[in-house]
Amino acid sequence: MAIIATEDLGKDYHLGPHTVHALRGVSVSIEPGEFVAVMGPSGSGKSTFMNLLGCLDRPTAGRYWLDGEDVARLSRDQLASVRNAKIGFVFQMFNLLARTSALENVELPLLYGGISARERRQRARARLEAVGLAEREHHHPSQLSGGQQQRVAIARALVNDPAVILADEPTGNLDTRTSVEILALLQRLNRQGLTIVLVTHEPDIATYAGRRLVFRDGRLRTDEQVTPIDAADVLKTLPEEEEAVV
Amino acid sequence: MVLQALRIALRSLKVNKLRTALTMLGIMIGVAAVIAMVSVGAGAQARVAEQIQSLGSNLIIALSGSSNAAGVRLGQGSQLTITEEDAAAIAREVPAVQVAAPSSRGNAQVVYGNLNWSTGIQGVTAEYFEARDWPVEVGRPVLQEDVDGATKVALLGQTTALNLFGDADPIGQIIRIKKVPFTVVGLLSRKGQNSWGQDQDDVILVPLSTAKKKVLGVSQANARSVGSISIKVRAGEDMTDAEAQIRELLRQRHRLQPYQDDDFWLRNLSEVLQTQEESSKVMTYLLAAIASVSLLVGGIGIMNIMLVSVTERTREIGLRMAVGARARDILTQFLVEAVTLSLIGGVIGILLGVGGSNAISALAEWRTVLAPSAIVLAFGFSAAIGIFFGFYPARKASRLDPIEALRYE
Repeated sequence: MAIIATEDLGKDYHLGPHTVHALRGVSVSIEPGEFVAVMGPSGSGKSTFMNLLGCLDRPTAGRYWLDGEDVARLSRDQLASVRNAKIGFVFQMFNLLARTSALENVELPLLYGGISARERRQRARARLEAVGLAEREHHHPSQLSGGQQQRVAIARALVNDPAVILADEPTGNLDTRTSVEILALLQRLNRQGLTIVLVTHEPDIATYAGRRLVFRDGRLRTDEQVTPIDAADVLKTLPEEEEAVV
Repeated sequence: MVLQALRIALRSLKVNKLRTALTMLGIMIGVAAVIAMVSVGAGAQARVAEQIQSLGSNLIIALSGSSNAAGVRLGQGSQLTITEEDAAAIAREVPAVQVAAPSSRGNAQVVYGNLNWSTGIQGVTAEYFEARDWPVEVGRPVLQEDVDGATKVALLGQTTALNLFGDADPIGQIIRIKKVPFTVVGLLSRKGQNSWGQDQDDVILVPLSTAKKKVLGVSQANARSVGSISIKVRAGEDMTDAEAQIRELLRQRHRLQPYQDDDFWLRNLSEVLQTQEESSKVMTYLLAAIASVSLLVGGIGIMNIMLVSVTERTREIGLRMAVGARARDILTQFLVEAVTLSLIGGVIGILLGVGGSNAISALAEWRTVLAPSAIVLAFGFSAAIGIFFGFYPARKASRLDPIEALRYE
């Protein structure tokens, strides 16, 4: 069964008298364990599509099943619960809470899931370890490099055992080597069975994914399977800069 | 969840220490001002209440009125129109009256050894002490035998005793009033100031008969006349009714025709004091109201800072929403933050207010009374301000669109 399935998904925005058709009927199905890159120029509808996939917004047309649940017509609070349980977000700007330790940042989604303090700590520690930052759990974001911050963000996205990870330009603020390191981490998690949807406008980055969705003018134009590049191999060809923990 | 929100609130308040402190300052000043002002007002009220107590709360004083002879009206007390018999009649015929004590007052120079002091000489009877609720501290009061025999005994008020004897024991000493020797037999307890600030302890009490013969002189019109009668009304009796009955009785006894004015005055002093108590109550409310304005301003300060905080933390709010915070989680978080801010300010304000009220009573020597109810009220009020002024910013935060909030720069 598909983990993400949309049927004629559409979104219109009303700006005064004008109606903007941001998304004009997208039907797509993503299976568990896929690594999908969503591409397209700005204004193509890819951001709208991602917001809908992330349950941050509600479609004006069509249907959307996430992990078997029809989520297209849920209320704001119901969507919040779905996000909490099923989706892990990774953002371009990391969006970590300042002056808050890495561990507590990772715990944040569990806080809203009503998990006990002890279990929160345990699970957050395990995820930090999984992204190779076990020894940095008490560091604040300002004491971490960009790559480390994004790893904390990935640990946070993983902490609730979500059905899918939505990564919105996760390498947009990182240098080449760190970008590849992050992609290697995502690939590793994907190989362990995690479903990942990655939004990017860089064709280079998209080559690490196994499937490519290209949007244009609010429509899905291309949906193709590709053979991904292994980030671990690329990493070997790049000059060593700082300690690379994968 | 609230506990969690409290932790988040404390952390975010710690981030901007100066801002937090300044915002709290508003509430602190407000709460401190309310507590200090209310305690000053309550102190004034307590003073008035004490004066009522010291005067005797159910005392009516009958004073000799003005003479009105052939159309020439002289001032109050210009003619001693009331008599000892009037006093006896009031005690006998008005059931509401517990005791009626006639007395006459004059001034004289009093000499003891090489010290002298000008003071009021009050000629009294044995009933005077009961009528005025004025116990004797040391020695004995004026007795009926003293009045009957016109003995030369005197009781000193505290102020007079201090001025003539200092710390020495006056009992048994001989003082001279208008060159007449009197034996001091008693020292009156302290009575304090009356409502218009006169020192009631600056007095010497002597038997009424002695006073007339030796000190004040006898009225030529009537040897039995006195300056005033202190009338104590029984507890629970209506003062106004009692006053009307006394007036009626005195008019009858003085054979006044309906067209004639009273030739005496009746003063119901507790009424005067009750008016004063009323006005000091109004003053308390007024002070509290003025102080409340600063509390209100403090609340607006909280709202202002919370709005700034919500704007500054838009991305944080967006992130929290993205990872699963519901609208009410965000609302709770900011509300708890505002209430924490105002409650901490409130507690410090209470301490400042208590300290301020103590300082006022110590420095200005004003009586202040710290009412626990005022403290509880101020605390509750500051919590309410946190909720009231925190609600709008918190609701604004909880209604943010997560997509917009995440994108906010």
